[in-house]
Amino acid sequence: MKKEGEIRISSGCAISGIFCKDGRRITGEAIKKSIAVMHSRSNGLGGGFAGYGIYPQYKDYYALHIFYDSQKDREEAERFLEKRFDIINLSKIPVRQNSKISEAPLIWRYFITPLPHLIQDSQLDEDEYTSRAMIRINDTISGAYVVSCGKDMGVFKAVGYPEDVADFYRIEEYEGYSWTAHGRYPTNTPGWWAGSHPFSLLDLSVVHNGEISSYDANRRAVEMYGYSCNLLTDTEVITYILDYLTRKQGLTLKECSEVIASPFWSTIATKNEDERKRLSYLRKMFSSFLITGPFSILVGFHGGMMALNDRLKLRSLVAAEKGNTTYFSSEEAAIRVVEPNVERIWAPRGGEAVIVTLSKEVG
Amino acid sequence: MMARYRIRRDSCCIACMRCVKECSFGAISEKEGKDLVFHHDKCVDCQRCVSLCPQGALYITEEENRFRHNSVFRKDDLKEILLQAETGGVLLSSMGASGKNVPIYFDKMLLNASQVTNPSIDPLREPMETATFLGERPSTVERDENGKLRDNLPPHLELSTPIMFSAMSYGAISLNVHKALSIAAEELHTYWNTGEGGLHESLYRYKDNTIVQVASGRFGVHQRYLNTAAAIEIKIGQGAKPGIGGHLTGAKIVGDVSRTRMVPEGLDAISPAPHHDIYSIEDLAQLVMSIKEVTEYKKPVIVKVAAVHNIAPIASGIARSGADIISIDGYRGGTGAAPKRIRDNVGLPIELAIASVDQRLREEKIRDRISIIASGGIRNSADVVKAIALGADAVSIGTAALCALGCHICASCHSGKCAWGIATQDESLRKRLDPEKGAERLVNLVQAWTQEIKEFMGGMGINSIEALRGNRLALRGVDLNQKELKILGIGYAGE
Amino acid sequence: MRMDSEEKDKKTVHGCIGERYLGCGLNSGTLHLEGTPGNALGAYLDGGSIFVDGNVQDAAADTMNDGLIAVRGSAGDALAYGMRGGRVYILNDAGYRAGVHMKAYGNKKSLLIIGGRTGSFLGEYLAGGIIIVLGLGHEKEEITGYFCGNGMYAGTIYLRCDKRPVNLSDKLITRVVGNEEKEEVLSPLIRDFARTFSISEEECLNGSFLAIEADKSKTYSQLYAAV
Repeated sequence: MKKEGEIRISSGCAISGIFCKDGRRITGEAIKKSIAVMHSRSNGLGGGFAGYGIYPQYKDYYALHIFYDSQKDREEAERFLEKRFDIINLSKIPVRQNSKISEAPLIWRYFITPLPHLIQDSQLDEDEYTSRAMIRINDTISGAYVVSCGKDMGVFKAVGYPEDVADFYRIEEYEGYSWTAHGRYPTNTPGWWAGSHPFSLLDLSVVHNGEISSYDANRRAVEMYGYSCNLLTDTEVITYILDYLTRKQGLTLKECSEVIASPFWSTIATKNEDERKRLSYLRKMFSSFLITGPFSILVGFHGGMMALNDRLKLRSLVAAEKGNTTYFSSEEAAIRVVEPNVERIWAPRGGEAVIVTLSKEVG
Repeated sequence: MMARYRIRRDSCCIACMRCVKECSFGAISEKEGKDLVFHHDKCVDCQRCVSLCPQGALYITEEENRFRHNSVFRKDDLKEILLQAETGGVLLSSMGASGKNVPIYFDKMLLNASQVTNPSIDPLREPMETATFLGERPSTVERDENGKLRDNLPPHLELSTPIMFSAMSYGAISLNVHKALSIAAEELHTYWNTGEGGLHESLYRYKDNTIVQVASGRFGVHQRYLNTAAAIEIKIGQGAKPGIGGHLTGAKIVGDVSRTRMVPEGLDAISPAPHHDIYSIEDLAQLVMSIKEVTEYKKPVIVKVAAVHNIAPIASGIARSGADIISIDGYRGGTGAAPKRIRDNVGLPIELAIASVDQRLREEKIRDRISIIASGGIRNSADVVKAIALGADAVSIGTAALCALGCHICASCHSGKCAWGIATQDESLRKRLDPEKGAERLVNLVQAWTQEIKEFMGGMGINSIEALRGNRLALRGVDLNQKELKILGIGYAGE
Repeated sequence: MRMDSEEKDKKTVHGCIGERYLGCGLNSGTLHLEGTPGNALGAYLDGGSIFVDGNVQDAAADTMNDGLIAVRGSAGDALAYGMRGGRVYILNDAGYRAGVHMKAYGNKKSLLIIGGRTGSFLGEYLAGGIIIVLGLGHEKEEITGYFCGNGMYAGTIYLRCDKRPVNLSDKLITRVVGNEEKEEVLSPLIRDFARTFSISEEECLNGSFLAIEADKSKTYSQLYAAV
């Protein structure tokens, strides 16, 4: 059977997110509990988590989570890394063996920083230099896959139900100010670990529910700008579009939401002149990045989280607040299970981004 | 000369002589006011007499007398040899190519639809957007000092549906056709194109829906003409006769045609094969920019080229010339007159041209900078959807539009005797086309196609046309070889 | 989830947290739920009553045939899809696509009343029955989203407001509800809703109502040309 990247596999899903605006770091226990409530939205063929603020002692270094098929692949990737980066620390990611999680790859973690003279020679900024290197590992070392490479964040994913994946990675031992989770229901899969979600590039991570109908139009557009969509999944292309629009075009996340989930022209026509011009401009300028078809996504980034539905709101998404904590989920029950006494609970409208950020930079 | 068709009638004929009046080719005459005489050799099978016979008594059939069969020298080959031996002339024809061995790739591609994993959409009840914007896009956004986005987009054409009307010149076709096209374009919120024969003053009021053309002959081109338009198209070539100029005979340069083209009555209007101010790509950039200067950078400039073998690099060059839109006319594109050998043997099908241009511009990272209009043999809404999924932004239709006005594709445009009042300047013939009614038929056609496009999109769960553009996963091929699939950038059905 | 009391015809369940299909196909008796029941609550309900203290999630009352679902809270998306009969009362808001393709047939007439506001595509493809949106507490705001009633071809949507929803399809007509219709048609339905939740009947009926119906002169058959 073909794996992600060789064939396009569609999937349904559950997503959940918890964000502490005050920068308070909570363990992965809550997010695990939340996603587990939606067990029946996944089918055991993919689960994963992204945590932010989990590596405060290494927060200035790129944290790499890498899957290897074999020691040989690890050696090859490490040779590649050593030539380009200063490796501050490396270790196996600690796991708890678990009968429900099988066929695990070798899972390693590195904290790295680009070699200064190479950065200088490349005339790239540090992020671009690092992202290119990571894309190259994924493209060229067939038995190595970089799962995440942001600073002070990491992605933990596997083939299995999300709650079992959490146990496997001992997610309760990590503390972060922001967590997202994903339970996957692919329509066919060989059970490839890298094909699970979240998908991540630098400090951007995306979990997604739905199947977009604009996929190939979006893929072919974003591939023009140096990305290569190896997994052929929606989450991957959405991540790259957001990276391109934020990092290379300098759009705000709200503007990104107005590009990928642009209001209908008939809705734009009802806005005041300034807003009409602004929305029309974004839609015309970035028409290749309009995403159609159902999606609800949670985007994790350094210091914040964005929740967004497609413009027709074809997937469910609930948001809630309690004190300094914001919750997002595919289902209300997944929020109530971790916070029964929410102060406000609502369903964001289609195309309406909800963006939360830290009230102050955490140290 | 040997007849190609045979005119027959059955016993319903009441010899009302209507067909005699309708036939502009002299194929039917009357005998002493009582009976009909058929001159089969003059019949072009335009179907005018058949369509208007009140008794339904007429039939046009293929001439059944035939040459001795030969598998190498077929009927038409022999016939054309005989004709050229007799006349010494270059074979002249019109409308689109008839190369029978060149596949119509549109018919070999099937579209996708949603089932379960994402929802199809009912376009009658849910929003379904076909609004299309054509023009240049800058590579980055700009902001003012307050961080507000600055509108740095050059002017765009705004179409309510991704279908526009192809360039067809006044002179080749009648003023009434131009009128019908301009009325329809206005009502449909799309564009019609003057072709290279200038713009009749009575149509200046449709300027917001008019694209004016600048071709090598520069007929009727002046500052006011250029500014009486939504966009200006530089015509380098057309699919029916790539590399070949044009020739409107002096016989057609009469009255308003002469005035509009600014060519004296009775003098031939010759369009040189190339623009003699464009011998290289940097010269094209110069012409693009001089047009932008004279129109104060308020209008997009389109460059129209015929699809030829190296269309991809040509398009790339055009994209870097300052042009906002590339219009590509494929092998099957129509014409009012073209050497038949050229028409049938030069160029490439539009499907392959779109695919290779779109892919090449993406490889060069400039696809988002420029828009692509495809034309040349677009017959129905399915062709439109497939063209867009391959990578076009919009299509333009010429032959299909003329058919809506009555054309039956008899390919005799060059005769000037069009019985349907389309490709003619003959006073009595051109009156046959009522521009208002014609416009209504064009509107009906485009609206029906648009509805069908929405049905296709809805089936695929796509609710805006830009999400279809270049979305090649929407297409699968049948009866195509590996090479064709690779060029088209699509998988095989079942893959 | 905890079953509190179990009598012959009356069951009460506490602490619901996302359990799907509760009360699915129920045809008699009463089910009291507290908490957040999961998706497809009361699907195919064929009689009996479901009372919920809390919010319900997506696809509640799906293809419901008869009975009553009363939610003292809000509903998620795709509420009462294809509902054929019975009553669905939501005290607060409903999500996107509430009442899509509700129907009426014979003596069955579906009724959906929403106390608060709704998301977009309310009553899309409505084929019969009545939808009422009261917008309680939102008197100065829009009480439906975009594309309200798109493609409806029978039935009526009543909105307690005097403003047409934004971007209403040109295939729909609106009218202000007259006193007689308000008294005879709306009043009994809305009073029952108010009594169910013990809220003020007068407040629910206060002000003018707007009715939205299909424009019968604009059918879709003219769209086609047979070949």
